[in-house]
Amino acid sequence: MIGTGILKGMAVTARNFVGSYFEKDRLITVQYPEERNPLPENYRNFPFLPYDGDDPEAGLRCVACKICEKECPPQCIYIVKSEDKKPDYMDKPQFYPKVFNIDISVCMSCQICVEVCPFEAIKMDKVFELSRRERFDALLLRKSDLAKPNEYYHSICPTDAAEVDAKLAEAAAKKKPAAPAAPAAAPPASAA
Amino acid sequence: MTATIQTLEPIERPPTTMGSRLEGELMEVSMGPQHPSTHGVFRMNVALEGEIVRKLKPVFGYLHRNHEKIGENTSYLGSMPYTDRLDYFCSMTNNWAYALSVEKLAGIEVPERAQYLRVILAELTRLQNHASLLGFLLSDMGAWGTPLMYAFREREKILDLFESLSGSRMMCDYMRFGGCRVDAGPDWMERAKKIVDLFPRFIDEMENLVVGNEIVIARTQNVGKLSAELAINAGITGPMLRACGVNYDVRKVDGYGFYPRFKFRIPLGEHGDTYDRLMMRALEMRESVGILKQALEQVPAGPIMNPKVKIRAFRPPVGEAYGRIEAPKGELGFYLISDGGTNPYRYRVRPPSFINLTVLEDLCLGHTVADVMVILGSVDIVMGEVDR
Repeated sequence: MIGTGILKGMAVTARNFVGSYFEKDRLITVQYPEERNPLPENYRNFPFLPYDGDDPEAGLRCVACKICEKECPPQCIYIVKSEDKKPDYMDKPQFYPKVFNIDISVCMSCQICVEVCPFEAIKMDKVFELSRRERFDALLLRKSDLAKPNEYYHSICPTDAAEVDAKLAEAAAKKKPAAPAAPAAAPPASAA
Repeated sequence: MTATIQTLEPIERPPTTMGSRLEGELMEVSMGPQHPSTHGVFRMNVALEGEIVRKLKPVFGYLHRNHEKIGENTSYLGSMPYTDRLDYFCSMTNNWAYALSVEKLAGIEVPERAQYLRVILAELTRLQNHASLLGFLLSDMGAWGTPLMYAFREREKILDLFESLSGSRMMCDYMRFGGCRVDAGPDWMERAKKIVDLFPRFIDEMENLVVGNEIVIARTQNVGKLSAELAINAGITGPMLRACGVNYDVRKVDGYGFYPRFKFRIPLGEHGDTYDRLMMRALEMRESVGILKQALEQVPAGPIMNPKVKIRAFRPPVGEAYGRIEAPKGELGFYLISDGGTNPYRYRVRPPSFINLTVLEDLCLGHTVADVMVILGSVDIVMGEVDR
């Protein structure tokens, strides 16, 4: 009989309409600014630079090796290496980035900088509400905007951050068997 | 060469007089690129006789991003996130096709668990692609919003799975040469199982909306018929080819990944019209659910990454390779030539939706303007892949 197919379709619509009041998986939207779905731990958005300790300048793990700058597919990282050296978390004198800029209007959140970094110095952030009123400079993140404490990294990716801390502590302990007490214990202490 | 403005020959038009017969008089209409039903920025120059399409010229390139040339100037790994942006509905299958061709080029083995994860993610991609295609197609036919909303609801659940695994809903960038980037935990597997178990309910409802619906049948049956000969000659692949009754599926033909380990059938159409192409998607979703159930049962523990593969300074040996997979839209292939350096010497994509689009004129001739939209929807194009 003509019309039965349409009636069958109407029944589906009715079932979905009524079901959206009772079944959780028929209505999966949330009212965004008030309600938020929790972000998964693996969620990634734009890179940031975690630092150990309290001083964002001294605690930065980056040694300005420029590997991320070279590997970045859209070329959104800009680094200027320092002329002098400063001690890193193992008290070894290292170069540091005098300038570290990431243009997040170019960044495509691919995480390759995180994967290629040999020093665990760059990680992915989860901040996504980044709209700005200015068109030009506001989306260029400078070193001071990018540096965030290691505790912040622990708060957004606890599993990964604990792994990174354990790895760094192990490397520090291996490098400096003679003077074990103070510097080797420093990163995990600051992490906790 | 100097740039000169090309002088166009004046088009000879027959004199029009009101009240005369419209036969033989062609009117050129430009549909797109901002037409509500063109899937992306795609334009068609249609020559109409009354309401009947007599000529159709597709115009594209609005979304051209120089993907292949960028691929030749970036490292092998650096092209992986760009492949997400080809067919942005199915980034997982794009990743897999590219990873497969580089693995072929460099002779890299992939661990068992990674192969299973790839199959799971590719089939989830197929589910969400076909689901949203059905929604879009019904939306093109005038069922504005409602079926598309149901489809996007299911798609959202799968995208949530992708997000919790890879970190991003659509630009997954999940696969690497010799494996996958992140391992899926047991809770992820449980969530995936739950979603896969609930999915047939959605397919049933979608089929109830489509099968036997008089309006859908009137709009799709005998519309946009594609013969098997033309399909084969034009290089059509994927559900569009199988809707013509040609049994060709790269999953069966090549047996890449671990597909030979799974039991699944290839649905085949008979008439090659829009209705068959529509139903092909529904049937393929059922088979994908079957594959997913088997894969989620069998997935073994173990490493997900081949430890021998270097991330930095990856240089495959000199040679060339073509890796292809059955993407939701058809055969997706990457052809790479290596000269031993860190960048590919030649990087070529065989995009399924671009090649499937080449027969658009043959499908549309003799149909009305309203049918053009439905036919275009049933071809299943994503302009990110067509224009690259």
